[in-house]
Amino acid sequence: MFQVHVRTRINGDDTEFSCEADETLLDALRDRLGLTGAKEGCGTGDCGACSVLVDGRLVCACLMLGAEAEGCDIETVEGMADGSKLHPLQQKFLDHAALQCGVCTPGFLVAAKSLLERNDNPTEEEVRYWLAGNLCRCTGYDKIVRAVLDTAADMRKASKPKPAKAKKASAKGRVSA
Amino acid sequence: MEYFAPASTKEAVKLLGTAKGKVHVMAGGTDLLVRMKGGYTEPDAIVDIKRIAALRKIVRAGKGWRIGAAVSAAEMGEDKALKKAWPGVVEAANLIGSTQVQGRATIAGNLCNASPAADSVPAMAAVGAKAVIAGAKGTRKVAVEKLVKGPGKTTLKKSEFVESIELPEKKKRMGDAYLRFIPRTEMDIAVVGVGICLTLDAKGKCMAARVALGAVGPTVIISAKAAKALVGTTVDDAALDALARACAAEAKPIDDKRGTKEFRKHIAGVLARRAAIIARDRAKENS
Amino acid sequence: MNVQPDNKAMKRDFDIVGKRTPRPDGIDKVTGRARFGADMSMPGMLWGLVLRSPHAHAKIKRIDTSKAEKLNGVHAIVTSKDFGPCDDSLLDIRENVMAREKALYDGHAVAAVAAVSRSVARQALKLIKVDYQVLPHVTDVDEAMKPDAPVINDKLFTKGLDKTPKKPSNIAERFEFGHGEVEKGFKEADLVIERTFRTEATHQGYIEPHACVASMGADGRGEMWVCTQGHFMVRNTCAGLLGIDVSNLRVTASEIGGGFGGKTTVFIEPVALALSLKANRPVKMVMSREEVLRASGPTSSSSIDVKIGMKKDGTITAGDATLRYQGGAFPGSAVPYGAMACFAPYDLKNVRAIGWDVIANRPKQAAYRAPGAPMGAYAIESVIDELCRELKLDPIDVRLKNASSDGSKASYGPNFGVIGLKATLEAAKNHPHWKAKLGKNQGRGVACGFWFNFGGETSVSLNVNVDGTVGLSVGTPDIGGSRASIGNMAAEELGIPHDKVRCIIADTASLGYNDVTDGSRVTFASGMAAIQAARDAIGKLCERAAKIWGIPVDAVVWEKGHARPASPNAGKHEPLSLADIAAQAGATGGPIAGHCEINAEGAGVSFATHMVDSEVDPETGHVKILRYTVFQDAGKAVHPSYVEGQFQGGAVQGIGWALNEEYIYSKDGRLQNPGFLDYRIPVCSDLPMIDTVIVEVPNPGHPYGVRGVGETSIVPPLAAISNSVSDAAKVRMTRLPMSPPNVLKALGRI
Repeated sequence: MFQVHVRTRINGDDTEFSCEADETLLDALRDRLGLTGAKEGCGTGDCGACSVLVDGRLVCACLMLGAEAEGCDIETVEGMADGSKLHPLQQKFLDHAALQCGVCTPGFLVAAKSLLERNDNPTEEEVRYWLAGNLCRCTGYDKIVRAVLDTAADMRKASKPKPAKAKKASAKGRVSA
Repeated sequence: MEYFAPASTKEAVKLLGTAKGKVHVMAGGTDLLVRMKGGYTEPDAIVDIKRIAALRKIVRAGKGWRIGAAVSAAEMGEDKALKKAWPGVVEAANLIGSTQVQGRATIAGNLCNASPAADSVPAMAAVGAKAVIAGAKGTRKVAVEKLVKGPGKTTLKKSEFVESIELPEKKKRMGDAYLRFIPRTEMDIAVVGVGICLTLDAKGKCMAARVALGAVGPTVIISAKAAKALVGTTVDDAALDALARACAAEAKPIDDKRGTKEFRKHIAGVLARRAAIIARDRAKENS
Repeated sequence: MNVQPDNKAMKRDFDIVGKRTPRPDGIDKVTGRARFGADMSMPGMLWGLVLRSPHAHAKIKRIDTSKAEKLNGVHAIVTSKDFGPCDDSLLDIRENVMAREKALYDGHAVAAVAAVSRSVARQALKLIKVDYQVLPHVTDVDEAMKPDAPVINDKLFTKGLDKTPKKPSNIAERFEFGHGEVEKGFKEADLVIERTFRTEATHQGYIEPHACVASMGADGRGEMWVCTQGHFMVRNTCAGLLGIDVSNLRVTASEIGGGFGGKTTVFIEPVALALSLKANRPVKMVMSREEVLRASGPTSSSSIDVKIGMKKDGTITAGDATLRYQGGAFPGSAVPYGAMACFAPYDLKNVRAIGWDVIANRPKQAAYRAPGAPMGAYAIESVIDELCRELKLDPIDVRLKNASSDGSKASYGPNFGVIGLKATLEAAKNHPHWKAKLGKNQGRGVACGFWFNFGGETSVSLNVNVDGTVGLSVGTPDIGGSRASIGNMAAEELGIPHDKVRCIIADTASLGYNDVTDGSRVTFASGMAAIQAARDAIGKLCERAAKIWGIPVDAVVWEKGHARPASPNAGKHEPLSLADIAAQAGATGGPIAGHCEINAEGAGVSFATHMVDSEVDPETGHVKILRYTVFQDAGKAVHPSYVEGQFQGGAVQGIGWALNEEYIYSKDGRLQNPGFLDYRIPVCSDLPMIDTVIVEVPNPGHPYGVRGVGETSIVPPLAAISNSVSDAAKVRMTRLPMSPPNVLKALGRI
């Protein structure tokens, strides 16, 4: 089988790998690079368990060839925590018991991170629609949605500028209760 | 299998012409990879067009728009001017699959995949979108509804591929809308899709209309009868009822795992009614 | 919200139990480090893939593997010939994991290969030639019962009849439960309603497909890494199928990405082991989602007749039901459970439930959360709802009036002990949800549900470490946080902080036998065993303290994590903590450990009441769930977050079952929707928050009052949602799923 040599950056590390031309990025991550955090729940883009960020864009790693990753910056769940310091979403998922079996959790975390990077004040409905491509069969999504909303609230509080600046931000339409 | 990522349209055309065996053009890849996974296609080569810089842009083409074939649905949604001009088309693109899928999927790919249920196709057909086709002899343009021959089949020749989609100028008092019906709220394939674009006169009377029905025939159905039900009316209840009846009559669906014939015909009417109201209101806002 | 009805008998204060502590496997699971089935690799590992039948029913005339064997990179191919004689109890499993004379359903395994890569294995599958003789097939339960239906197994003669028939059929067995005289009861009724209901087969829909790595060495010793609800079951079954000594097979359970009953049996595991045996190399197998849907174990589809009589005052005078479940190509559907559970919420004088176990050309059904019960409850609770509407009675009051309570004779035989059904109904009646206003095209439904819960064989080992921490080994895979719950119960009993106990799932070589994680048994049974193991260890800790103090052991008591003199007569000694004693273990007699090996008795049954509001779009038939509240008796909620999670998860699986999930077979008997695209489980945007009310009526059969909670939550939703939709649509729904086309049809719009 025709092999492709690929140079990427994964979770900040320059990484090279060879893979078969028709191999998905997910298989390359899991089987070639040992990054098994992204899961294959369907292989057809229907479950979101393999969600990763490619050049900042949320994608299913099962719907992308490894070969397409040439020159791309890839973030996976393994890169979310800062050393032993969990990402706020990771901590909130634990606090809210937003996981039962945990197999969908990496995908949800990566997808939720991508949402909060774009929108730090999502409504419940916005969270639910953004995450509609991430299937969870254990939780009924309740605690996941709460964890994401709670993270957003905390992140807003943490990044909330001093009162004078808040006014300015408000003028841009970014801050609300 | 071989993987090619040409840097120019010319190179891509050349590769398509010379590559041996079964060659697939890949834009977002969100349909192609699923078909490969299921064993429905085994390409000998894939030509990835995402490295062609020109195809990754949305640009103004005269007073209209040119959307490169490698522009993702998410990128379309982030283009405020495009969204303002043709909200129906952009919304249709942003109904394709999940957030993850929208990060990759393109409307050119959605078109060339030639699924009868493609979400963006009725929306594009309703506004009169054209596919710009690159080939060995230069480019040609064809109305999107003419590109698809049947389920999974297009009129593209071996060395051709769609390099962009052109949307026309959005004129005053025009409004477009696309609605689809699915059993859940997300993640399903359209059971029925309806794209409508209409133009009102200064008094609010419909001067022109295009109604495109998806998932109720082998290819998108452009219904002249449905359009006729709207033209000359103020898109009032009577006109909407006539529209619904026309759409239900024009739909030629099949029974399958996603819906029955009767259900699809009925829903075509219901959705057409709802889409026409949105398109009408948008046209009014745009006066 | 938490409701504790007045039950002083078992009131006690807990330090840790009932607290929302962090879960021990949490950080691994949010950082991607947790290792699930497909995350394991072994040196020299091959990839295994299965060739599956494209036919619903076909004779396998010949399998030619010669071309595939010659393909470079192929190391082993197995067919049914590689699975020799086995115990009679394993015959159906042996045939299900690899078809023998016939392929019995679309997706039935026919052959398997192991090769150096997945792509080589895929090529090899294409080179295997199978000659099939296609046979007539049947997939529908009612069709399969007809006298002229194609006979799937000519050795199947209906059991449970007065006289065993001479002709084979697809009807495997008849069951009957009940007491009293139903016909007499119907005569006493003011209104009798009789209805027929249908439900379609659904799948557990766990997100993690089945996966395993099997390694069988030339020395006859093997190891397996398996995503399963029961690694001891995998060990015993695989050893039995391949003629290996049980002690020569060591199985480790991976983290498990959902099971809901679907991982309580084997599919690819014996195949991987057979390939490994033949290739003499480790073999990894991972099912695709398509394989999971076509060839693991979905639920039964069902067809149910119900007749119930009621007096004007709401008294149910008689209930009669006939349940027909197809359980796939082999006998053993969950119809007996359905028939036993369907009337269990009610204390009835006259009741009868008949169950028919039917085979069809579909994959062999596996357990799915309260197996068999949701369909039966759907039918019975729908008719009760209709009776209430017709007689203009409040559906909660009527249920309270007829509800089973402590000591009631259950419809399936025994007398109930202490139960909490009425408490859940009272909680529902008093909840603001019950009084909230509804809008146009909206409706509200309630329904009750019952599940038996289970104890089972359990073995636990608890080791006191030198630094005062405790290692707790259990043998029941943790499917939703049970390590936290079990560890917390051990910590509670020992009187030490919860984070001093580390609970792990030990492999099959390290513990006595454990039944699978099923029957809502783990927090109950492994928890009870952990408490008993802790008590065993406490006994030994007290002995050591007695030795240190030089006093008799019966003069030592264990309180709040310390050994203390039982009374002033025992002398004045500073209390010794667990850590103090552990530090001196070597000098006082060696390691300190506690054990418990039990067949856990005393599992308390559990009941729930669900309340749901829905809105129906009369033009499209689309149903939206607006509000949902679960009221369920947990006995004692050891970890309330996970109890809520079980309530919510079960309710949402029920929503999927009620609204959009179904196995769709075409006329040729092939599954039409083997993927998450068209097998439509609820997505996040389909749902509201799921409110929960934990009712606690302690189970006297458990030291802390625990009842299983995992399964009951899927029993009421089908009925509650159907009742809600019927209320909104003003028409009685009798068919699941209530997908838009089915609803629109019921409304008479198409």
